[in-house]
Amino acid sequence: MLEQWLLTIVTFGPLLGVAFILTVRGTPEQIASSSRWLALVASGSVFLISLLILTYFDPTSAEFQLVQQVEWIPGSSIAYHMGVDGISVWFVLLSTLLTPICILASWEAVQKRVREYMIAFLVLETMMIGMFCALDIFLFYIFFEAVLIPMFLIIGVWGGARRVYAAFKFFLYTLAGSVLMLLAILAMYWQAGSTDIPTLMETRFLPGLQTWLWLAFFASFAVKVPMWPVHTWLPDAHVEAPTAGSVILAGVLLKMGGYGFLRFSIPMFPEASADFAPLVYTLSVVAVIYTSLVALVQQDMKKLIAYSSVAHMGFVTIGMFTMTTQGVEGSIFQMLSHGIVSGALFLCVGVVYDRMHTREIDAYGGLAENMPRYALVFMLFMMASVGLPGTSGFVGELLILAGAFQANTWLAAFTATGLILGAAYMLYLYRRVIFGKLEKEQLKALLDLSPREIAVFAPLVILVLWMGIYPSTFTDLMSASVENLITNYKVALGEAGTAMAAR
Amino acid sequence: MYAAIVFLPLIAALIAGFGNKKLTDRGAQIVTCGAMLTSAALGIVAFWEVAIQGNAQTIELFTWIDSGSFEASWALRWDTLTAVMVIVVTVVSSMVHVYSVGYMSHDPSIPRFMAYLSFFTFAMLMLVTSDNLIQLFFGWEGVGVASYLLIGFWYDRPSANAAAIKAFVVNRVGDFGFALGIFGCFLLFDAVNFDAIFTAAPEMAGTTFGFLWWDQVDALTVIAILLFIGAMGKSAQLGLHTWLPDAMEGPTPVSALIHAATMVTAGVFLVARMSPLFEYAPTALVVVTVVGAATAFFAATVGTTQNDIKRVIAYSTCSQLGYMFFALGVSAYPAAIFHLMTHAFFKALLFLSAGSVIHALHDEQDMRNMGGIWRKIPWTYAMFWIGSLALAGIPFFAGYYSKDMILESAFAAHTGAGEFAFWAGIIAALLTAFYSWRLLFMTFHGTPRMDKHTFDHAHESPPVMLIPLIVLAIGAVISGYVGFEYFVGHEMDAFWGSAIKVLEENNSIEAAHHHTPGWVKLLPLVVGIIGIGSAYVAYILRPEIPAKVASAIRPVYLFLLNKWYFDELYDWLFVKRSWQAGLAFWRTGDGTIINGFGPDGVSAMTRWCAGQVARLQTGYLYHYAFAMLIGVVALLSWYLAFGG
Repeated sequence: MLEQWLLTIVTFGPLLGVAFILTVRGTPEQIASSSRWLALVASGSVFLISLLILTYFDPTSAEFQLVQQVEWIPGSSIAYHMGVDGISVWFVLLSTLLTPICILASWEAVQKRVREYMIAFLVLETMMIGMFCALDIFLFYIFFEAVLIPMFLIIGVWGGARRVYAAFKFFLYTLAGSVLMLLAILAMYWQAGSTDIPTLMETRFLPGLQTWLWLAFFASFAVKVPMWPVHTWLPDAHVEAPTAGSVILAGVLLKMGGYGFLRFSIPMFPEASADFAPLVYTLSVVAVIYTSLVALVQQDMKKLIAYSSVAHMGFVTIGMFTMTTQGVEGSIFQMLSHGIVSGALFLCVGVVYDRMHTREIDAYGGLAENMPRYALVFMLFMMASVGLPGTSGFVGELLILAGAFQANTWLAAFTATGLILGAAYMLYLYRRVIFGKLEKEQLKALLDLSPREIAVFAPLVILVLWMGIYPSTFTDLMSASVENLITNYKVALGEAGTAMAAR
Repeated sequence: MYAAIVFLPLIAALIAGFGNKKLTDRGAQIVTCGAMLTSAALGIVAFWEVAIQGNAQTIELFTWIDSGSFEASWALRWDTLTAVMVIVVTVVSSMVHVYSVGYMSHDPSIPRFMAYLSFFTFAMLMLVTSDNLIQLFFGWEGVGVASYLLIGFWYDRPSANAAAIKAFVVNRVGDFGFALGIFGCFLLFDAVNFDAIFTAAPEMAGTTFGFLWWDQVDALTVIAILLFIGAMGKSAQLGLHTWLPDAMEGPTPVSALIHAATMVTAGVFLVARMSPLFEYAPTALVVVTVVGAATAFFAATVGTTQNDIKRVIAYSTCSQLGYMFFALGVSAYPAAIFHLMTHAFFKALLFLSAGSVIHALHDEQDMRNMGGIWRKIPWTYAMFWIGSLALAGIPFFAGYYSKDMILESAFAAHTGAGEFAFWAGIIAALLTAFYSWRLLFMTFHGTPRMDKHTFDHAHESPPVMLIPLIVLAIGAVISGYVGFEYFVGHEMDAFWGSAIKVLEENNSIEAAHHHTPGWVKLLPLVVGIIGIGSAYVAYILRPEIPAKVASAIRPVYLFLLNKWYFDELYDWLFVKRSWQAGLAFWRTGDGTIINGFGPDGVSAMTRWCAGQVARLQTGYLYHYAFAMLIGVVALLSWYLAFGG
């Protein structure tokens, strides 16, 4: 019974918190304080409940698990169909983990419209979890698009000076992709007569149609990843978003594209995926090198980390399209790791931004002197971003590169330049912010991490090290689903090959 | 016990690092030094059990990465090669720890320093005890980070920060090759474990695969060269050496431990460890020989002109690493490791003695401001003599045994590359002796060139610094004589067991023992004495000579003084270009092109269209009526033409 309802409870649990927040009455201060606590309790409980998913999850099975299927729109195949497999399960947990952390991180930084802010975050959580659990393509589409609404609001209402420009840019990019994806979904429905994702996975679309469907989905997912050259919304969105908004954006929303490739593009359009893999490789390699170089010359901390995200996501898209065990597992792992590491890096920026209200790198320097704890935490996440062995960043990059080398040595060589450039821009950032003489007067008064901030970082620190030292906890749950994905892909390509030969 | 050797330093690092104020400086020193000394004692026991008694073993801890057939565990592999490395690392490290108690006594962040040192030792031990390429890479990067942190230890100095970043990034260039080498291994052997690779290597000899430009290229050669590129980065070989001299920005104990005795030898260890693979890649061995020999020569030439006491020793280290590499290249792996060990002792001794000089002269490092202080610091002076004699390969000091063995092996290899290496090594030996005594004379003899206050206050270091020097000096004197029979002599095969593999036809050490002409054995000593003699003439008897020579061959002098202009070249070629590219991609690529034609362009277009449409809305009724009429006519025509 619980098994069947668990995903629904986790998905809609945050909305229960919203309901409670809406009932709060009192002075503005009381409302703000109660909203904070209610949002924290709600998202915290959802996280604890979501841990139950792990106890029910059978890592040996590649099937969808914890499935719930209810008829929804009569007369059509559209159903409320939820479930997780080895590919999606960790993303659900990533979402449930990051939300309470974001709420805690916004505790003092957000002072206006606190109630609305907390509601926006909880709604966002529901949409994110729903997106990763949805097993009906229409349901998925609804969640996938609805995620953007609270995100728009968070950037547009609580963002920085140029928030409207940023939100608008994001909107323009997303719009084109979304329309095309909806058209593709309709086409698939007419072709297969079903909107059920497991059914669609078994449907063989004609190669000609696959090409168009793949491109339509690609238009949507590539923007979300974001892949070069449709990445320019990301730096602006990150710069203008409040800290917690950046954390969710980098931590979860960027993973929607990668997840989409793994859930739709590769299993449903395998031949088109194979045909287009060189395109993906090219764009990704350009992303790795190009955005790393751009990151090197940035003056704004958030922009620098935003550009580094594009580079790291370039690794992800390379890994998954190699269609090797290492490549695919590595890309999933890298997405999880990047979710935590880049989220944590944005939190690190938030720490000093809350104190100084500037993101200019040159405004800082010498913080190691008076903020040693902060320097240590920043160092750890910087090293994780650089891919130091023993941290989560290493495992993902290593596996992706191992996969890439099997696909094409040029691909591996170009991608591996990211190791050098990544080290250059991160160390250069760290040097300018943390090292150097503590000369600027305003900086001397800064206080080290507060207990609340330590509580924000502690789970992330533990996870980064855990994922780096004993990654098997995470890869064990993926492997059956990944093997299944690759086997089906190879079978589909093999059949296509024999069909070609027969002709 | 085997696990304790590796993990004690880690535990000590964590305690010292997170001990906060409760632990105090003294507490951090006691914890880290205690752990290191224990670890070193156990390391000696382990050496006895593993290398002497022959109990090689591997201890599996737990799975690390497991993805399909890509499996790597956390494991401790103990064979003779590991045991030798462990004894070198733990003994030198513990001496450096103790020395640091004195050397760093005035520093405000002692616990941080001790924690970094212990963390470094842990990473280095993980590197040498690894049983697969991935854990080796963990240690490899771990020591890199420790090196980065320690070079930049005085983080308020811009030069230290720049040197730290340079060290990390240049090493990453090497790691780029190393990582590709690992993936190549995985592609070829479907494994990253040493045992699996070593067992399969002979069968794979001659296999080809497609790599970059080449469709069919010998796989083992490519992999070996890629791994060697990694080794070049870490061990500062020609081309990727530029970070090592700058790394002297770190505190002197760091230079002794990391940039002389242990970390920089990791590349030598890597190649020796992978000997079962390199043996089947003869082309790669030639590359190793040539690069090693070139480095030995290059660094020695630069060493003759530098004025910073630590930089001279740094170039000397670079040069000695070159010797080790060409020894590896001629398949004299045991000789390379033998030299690695003796070098660790005498070079750490030289660095720590230099630190003692710097300490005595209140942080003066420029030899032009030294001189005439040998009576003031006699112990340090004596230590310097021992270190220099060992370095120059004067008989019965440690360097004599190991360096001569390398040169003889290179000669006995009877290959073109071996011959080149031999002569490069002889010239380098001459220069080594010269710059060592140049350093000795400039620092300790002649007229004092520092101000009177500094000279009067020059003082001998405290016992906590001198005792480690003495321990290392003992190593620098006896380690060559004691180790010779085991490392490269009659006991060689039994001693190394299966840790190092040399094909019968490549066995240059064996050849050196049997067919080396007398002059080859004698030549290194002769050039060494010539070098010392000429330094004596130039810096004691006729001090005006160096300036005359420098002005007579000014272009050569400047070329050497500026370290062959590598830094300038790289700065122009890579750093400036990257910066330009980054700015161009950002401003032009993202700004003008993508945003211009993308979102901003679209929005400008929309605004323009909206403006045009707005102009249509004139408000006159007959305009609208006319437009409607056109619409109706168009619809009708379409219906008549196609609908019919």
